[in-house]
Amino acid sequence: MFRRDGEHCVARFAPDEVNVLRKVAAEVVALLTDGFDRSDPVVDRLFPDVYPEHPDDAAEYRRFTEGELKTSKIDQAGAILAALPSSGGGEVTLDAESAEAWLRALNDVRLALGVRLEIQDETSLESELDDAVLRDPTSSRVFQLSVYAYLGYLQESLLDALVS
Amino acid sequence: MLGSMTAPQVIPVEVPEVEEVPEVDRPWVTIVWNDPVNLMSYVTWVFQKLFGYGREQAERLMLDVHHKGKAVVSSGARERMEYDASQLHGHGLWATVDQS
Repeated sequence: MFRRDGEHCVARFAPDEVNVLRKVAAEVVALLTDGFDRSDPVVDRLFPDVYPEHPDDAAEYRRFTEGELKTSKIDQAGAILAALPSSGGGEVTLDAESAEAWLRALNDVRLALGVRLEIQDETSLESELDDAVLRDPTSSRVFQLSVYAYLGYLQESLLDALVS
Repeated sequence: MLGSMTAPQVIPVEVPEVEEVPEVDRPWVTIVWNDPVNLMSYVTWVFQKLFGYGREQAERLMLDVHHKGKAVVSSGARERMEYDASQLHGHGLWATVDQS
């Protein structure tokens, strides 16, 4: 988890955490590049229709803004990849600008996972996780729910560190 | 939408008085919608950062979004609202633009 150290936000990550962060950030990059698919509900959530009741206006808006938004989302996921230790675990030190890029990127990852996991307002992560473990402790749902919960704590800790 | 009105086929003899404010005069608004993923603290921070709102105002807006399902976060010219929406999308908030 992140803490404040002078002008920077600092966190020490175990090798497993680094692997998870690298994996999820790379998945977002893939989703926004080669795998870009407008019919994917994750893409729909990351690029919301600005005029839901006026498809023509929405399409026009998208034509002018989608490229830039895509680039900034790829860049912020890249900020995670760039700051991680190249191998094993280690310390990550972020200045304010990188910390903000991480916050946005972690949010994109959580949005993507949230859509895949069908997280709702009333979803209790704890009971979802308990249920998933009971059904099959080795399932990808157990892993994804754990990652989703972990990223929430990580994002919150980074925000705390940034504004403190 | 502006410019989407078609010419009437039959010209009415009497034009009814319409009290409504003409469409062109109504300001545009940016609306943020509730979603189950974004952290409340993060949404508050985004409102402070993008709109320069104080912490209290940003928190009140965030709670409006959370409890009422949506909130108007800015209003003004259409182009400005589209810009605000794109900034909000960059931060992962679910924003739309509408005429108030």
